[in-house]
Amino acid sequence: MTGMSPIVKTVTRWVSPFILAFGIYIALTGHLTPGGGFPGGVIVAGCFILITLAYGKERVEGIFDLKSASVTDSLASLSFLCMGLLGYVFGGGFLNNFIQSGFPGKAFELLSGGNMPIINIAIGFKVGGSLFVVFAYLALFRAIEEE
Amino acid sequence: MLPLFVAIPLGVGFLLPLIEEFRERTQFFAVTVLLETGLLLALSLVKFGEESIYRLGGWRPPIGINYVLDGLSSLILVVISGIAFVTALFAMTYMSKYENLGKFYGLFSLMLAGMYGVALTGDVFNMYVYLEVAAISSYALVGFNRGPEELEASFKYLIMGAVGSIFILLGIAMLYGSVGSLNIADISVRVSEVSDQSFILLSTALFIVGFGLKAAFIPFHSWLPDAHSSAPTPISAMLSGVLIKVLGVYALSRILFNGLNLPNLTPEILTWIGAGSMFIGGMIALGQKDLKRLLAYSSISQMGYITLGLGMGGIFMSQGKPAVATLALIGGVFHLVNHAAYKSLLFLFSGGVERIFGTRDLSQIGGITRVSPVSGATGTIGTLSISGIPPFNGFWSKLVIVIAAIWGGLYPIAGIVLFTSAITLAYYLKVQRELFLGEVAGEITDKGKISPGIYVPLLILAVCCIGLGLLYLPEIRGIVLKPAALALQEGSEYTKLVLGL
Amino acid sequence: MLTYLLAFILFAVGLYSVINKRNLIKIIMGIIIMEHAVNAFLILIGYRLSGEAPILEEGMAISEFVNTAMDPLPQALVITSIVISLGVVALMVAIAVRLYQHYGTFDITEIRKLRG
Repeated sequence: MTGMSPIVKTVTRWVSPFILAFGIYIALTGHLTPGGGFPGGVIVAGCFILITLAYGKERVEGIFDLKSASVTDSLASLSFLCMGLLGYVFGGGFLNNFIQSGFPGKAFELLSGGNMPIINIAIGFKVGGSLFVVFAYLALFRAIEEE
Repeated sequence: MLPLFVAIPLGVGFLLPLIEEFRERTQFFAVTVLLETGLLLALSLVKFGEESIYRLGGWRPPIGINYVLDGLSSLILVVISGIAFVTALFAMTYMSKYENLGKFYGLFSLMLAGMYGVALTGDVFNMYVYLEVAAISSYALVGFNRGPEELEASFKYLIMGAVGSIFILLGIAMLYGSVGSLNIADISVRVSEVSDQSFILLSTALFIVGFGLKAAFIPFHSWLPDAHSSAPTPISAMLSGVLIKVLGVYALSRILFNGLNLPNLTPEILTWIGAGSMFIGGMIALGQKDLKRLLAYSSISQMGYITLGLGMGGIFMSQGKPAVATLALIGGVFHLVNHAAYKSLLFLFSGGVERIFGTRDLSQIGGITRVSPVSGATGTIGTLSISGIPPFNGFWSKLVIVIAAIWGGLYPIAGIVLFTSAITLAYYLKVQRELFLGEVAGEITDKGKISPGIYVPLLILAVCCIGLGLLYLPEIRGIVLKPAALALQEGSEYTKLVLGL
Repeated sequence: MLTYLLAFILFAVGLYSVINKRNLIKIIMGIIIMEHAVNAFLILIGYRLSGEAPILEEGMAISEFVNTAMDPLPQALVITSIVISLGVVALMVAIAVRLYQHYGTFDITEIRKLRG
């Protein structure tokens, strides 16, 4: 894969940072506005997939190769599980919100959700990593075929 | 304590592929999974017979998700953990030549997590999610060898399983639309107050089709023989021993008995589906040449017994005969436990046979008792149990089902059960004659491969096959099986336990 | 009621495609259509004409909230089921590609080593 036409490449170069930032924003404010870890992760993975499509997979491999994506995937799931178990140890129940003090949290304040933002970030990494792994493996099949 | 059942396998399931990214340590993975299943077995034995609920996230039941431990789910937990432990022990030797074992054991653990979740959860949608966790892992595990046949079987299983899941999801959607709740106990309170029962009947039908696809009842069975014969042997044992029971029969009966309070005609439908699967599965099994395919069709047939027992229990409950109903339900649950023991024994045994002869074709092999006396003996015990020869466990559970059918006046059912037992005996006699007795036939590829790692799990399961017959004694039955049957029969007790009414 | 009917028609289209088509990719598309039909049905259950987002603001009476808010639960269920269907579809596509590598075709009648 050598990439697409210059138009696509240029547009991708302009747009991809914003897509990445938007994905991170969606994941970070998931406890306040519509969105959350899953949509955020999908958007982040979409950004990397866009770069792969436009430039070929060599460009992405420097930042986010298959191995690091699947490591991210596993680590994020483990950290989600750790949050659940920490809730079990400190909060009295699996996934209990053990950080939050007041209820309900204040609206539109970033640090008001207790453990929710941490869980959302973990889910964002998990979804971003695994979606990219899915895409990369399917692209790998195609690369084998072309040889 | 209850979330640990899901959290431990989930953690192991994510940890092993992570370690594999850096280092391939086959023996370490196998030992980790063995320890994990051993720990879970100990936990489920400690928890056995206890009745408790666990509120996930601290929300009270109708709002939040809750885990329920009652007579039935604690029995199912022991069955899952026991079979998983033996299978992990078997896989330690058997799978050691394969590649990507981190992923294999990771998926194995995820499948366990899903099954524990299905067994414990008290929420319909949560049950669907866990069901999918277990099912997706099993789709991938069936195609683990990545040969053309394995992939084809996996794809077939995947399509049928996905359609089944969609039917279940549609059923859940309809149930939520008409009842307004997802908690099984809460549904059972609200379902009688709903004025328009047609949607509830429709969702019941969808549940029967959807879970029927997962449990391979007879019109929906075509994936099972392919999937079970193509999967790696430990996975065949897990699929046949626990997965189709937990995902199919257990989940279905939990929703129908405890949630929907058995809508009209469902017990009759279950009974006849069970009778049909039992009979047709047995008939097809008679003509099979491949040992694993024969075992797979026999699984369909034996699942029929379980469904039949539960369905008859439902019929007697609606006729107002609680004592007979309890007996029929005990028969179904008893057969579930027995089938888990001897069918996983037979599947593991078939893996051993394949190791010795290099093929599973019954017409090409024979005389296993002379080649490997220990595995021959365990295999004999397995076939005798499944065909219902008296001192072994299979006989006692079939006896309970037949007694319940006759006592309740369902003579045609009792006739079908007896006739199917004869068919079962016939095709296992065929296996006996061709595989165990007679001269050694076929090429013995590697005799030394039957190491203790292969036959110790077989021995454990064979001892279980003999020991489980003791459950027939009224004292032991009252402790182990009766609470499980009553959990299905006394829906109000379940509601009381969960909602604290 | 009409909207429910539309979801069912979509479901039937997907089921037809799964049962009747011979191409692996078309079967996978049938599964996707069925999944989306169920998701649409779930969303329609929780929908309320001119309803509002289910956020309880300060100074809002509970009765008013109950009368205007939409049901948020089906939407939470739908995103979960979308995630699950993502996993299933990814696995299906991967297996279909592998099968194509082995057999050189997507036709299900030619991919037939297993019988019985």
